[in-house]
Amino acid sequence: MTPGPPAPTGGATPGATGVDAPAVKAAGGTGAAATARSDRSTTSHVVTPQLLRFDVAERVVHWANATLFAILMATAGVLYLPPLSAAVGRRQLIVTIHVYAGLILPFPLVLGIVGRRWGQRLRADLHRLNRWIPEDRMWLKRRGWRPERVRGLKQGKFNAGQKLNAAFTGGAMLLMLATGSIMHWYKPWPLSWRTGSTFVHDWVAIALFFTITGHILFAFSDRESLDSMWSGNISRAWAKRRAPKWLDEELGREKAGRDAPSG
Amino acid sequence: MVGKGDLDAAVPVGTPIGRRVVLGMLGLGVAGILGGARVQDALNRVLSPLEAADPTGLSQLIPAAGGFRIYSVTGSLPSASPTDYRLTVDGMVDRPMTLSLADLQAMEPTRLIKDFQCVTGWRVPMVHWTGVKLSTLLDEAGVQPGGAALRFESFDNTYTESLTIDQARRPDVLVAYEMLGAPVTRQHGGPVRMYVAPMYGYKSCKWLSKISVVSKVEAGYWERFGYDIDGWVGRSNGRSDKGTS
Repeated sequence: MTPGPPAPTGGATPGATGVDAPAVKAAGGTGAAATARSDRSTTSHVVTPQLLRFDVAERVVHWANATLFAILMATAGVLYLPPLSAAVGRRQLIVTIHVYAGLILPFPLVLGIVGRRWGQRLRADLHRLNRWIPEDRMWLKRRGWRPERVRGLKQGKFNAGQKLNAAFTGGAMLLMLATGSIMHWYKPWPLSWRTGSTFVHDWVAIALFFTITGHILFAFSDRESLDSMWSGNISRAWAKRRAPKWLDEELGREKAGRDAPSG
Repeated sequence: MVGKGDLDAAVPVGTPIGRRVVLGMLGLGVAGILGGARVQDALNRVLSPLEAADPTGLSQLIPAAGGFRIYSVTGSLPSASPTDYRLTVDGMVDRPMTLSLADLQAMEPTRLIKDFQCVTGWRVPMVHWTGVKLSTLLDEAGVQPGGAALRFESFDNTYTESLTIDQARRPDVLVAYEMLGAPVTRQHGGPVRMYVAPMYGYKSCKWLSKISVVSKVEAGYWERFGYDIDGWVGRSNGRSDKGTS
C-alpha cells in the first residue's frame, strides 16, 4: 500500500496509512491504481502521482445513492406514467419497492457522514459544497457549465453548478422523505396536507428528473471526472484545468507534509 | 456538520449558500404541503380543458393535469375480446347467469355523467358512463334470502371488490361497457367494468368477470391494505372530497 500524504483532515483516509512519507508523494488511493503507482514510483523517472479526489467512503455513498435514485425513478415512472403503469402493473409491489428505497435513501449519506474516521473527507467535501467563494458567483455569471467560458477562473474543488446541484439534491431528499411519508402513512394528516404533499412530491420529482439527467450528462461530458468517481483519483492536469484552487490546497498540504517532521 | 479537526486551514471558507438553499427548499416545501392543495385545484382548472384537447397525451406528464391514472395490480393488463367476454352472476341467486357483452348491451342502458374520484387524490370531472344498473342484474338473477353482499372478481385473477346488497341496488351503480363516450378500453378495465358512482375508484372493479352474491362482505384487494370497505367519496379514508353522486 502506498503511504499517503498527511490526509487533508489530519487523520488517515481509508486505504492510506496516514503516515507522513515525504519521499513518495502519491495521493494515498486504494486498490490496483494505487499499487500501480507505487510500482511506478520505484522507477527512476519522476512521476507526478494523481490526486485523491474521492475516498472509498465517498464513492460508496455516491454509488449507493445512484443505485437508490435509479430504483426510485424507475418505480416512480411506473406508478406515475399511465403507459408504464399499464405495461408493468403490479402496483402493490412497485409501491413497496418505491417506499423502501425511499426510506433507505438517507442511510448511506448519514452513515458516511457520522463515521469519525471514514467520514472525514465526506464532511470536508460537504463543507466545500456548502461554502461559496467569489469565484462561484463569477462561474454563475459567466454561465460556467461550458468549461471554455470559465477558463482561468480560480475554482475550488467544486464549481457553483455542482454546489447548487448538491444543495438541491440534499433539500429534495428531505422534502421527498417528508412528503412521501405523509402520503404513505396518511391516516394522521388532514386531507389538504395529503394533497399538498402529493403536489410537492410530484413537482420535486420532476425537478429531480431533470437535475439527475443533467448530472449524468455532465459526468459523461468529462470522462476523467466520471472515472474518478470509480477510481477515486484524478490527474493534476485535470485539477489545474477545472479546480485550480483545490490543486493549490493539495499542493500546500503536500508541502506542509514535507516540511513536517516525519513520523 | 463539520467536526473539529476535519478541516485544515487550506479549505476555503465562504458564504454558506448551500445551507441557505436547503433551508429555503424546506420552507417552500412546508408552504407546498400546507397550501399545495389550493394550487393544485387551480392547476386542475387550467389544465383539464387543455388535457381534454391534447391528442399527444403529453399533458399527462404534468402533475394534476386531470387525466386518469392507470392502476393495475397484476403484471400485464388483462385482455378479453368483446366477443369472448363473459360475465358470470352466481352465488346465492335463484338463476345463475352467464352474460356476453351483447347480452348486456341488449338490456336497458343507463347513462350517467359523473366525476371519478381516486382515493389518492386525483379526480376526473364529468366522465360519461353507459351500462346496465347492477340492480337490474340482481333482479334478473333473483337474490336468495340471506344474500347480503356482493363479491366482484376481475379477470386479472387477483383483484376483488365488495358491496353490500343495499349499496349495490343504488341507481348510480353500473355494470359499465362504455366510458368517456366509447367502449371501455383495456386500460380502463374493458370490455366491462363496474362504476360505483358514490364511492372512490377502487370500489369500481375493472376487467369485471364475476359477481357473486354472498352472505357477508369480504374485504376487497385494496381494503386488505387498509382502505375503507365502505368507500364513500368524502366520507371515508379520512378524506373530505366533494361527493361524486
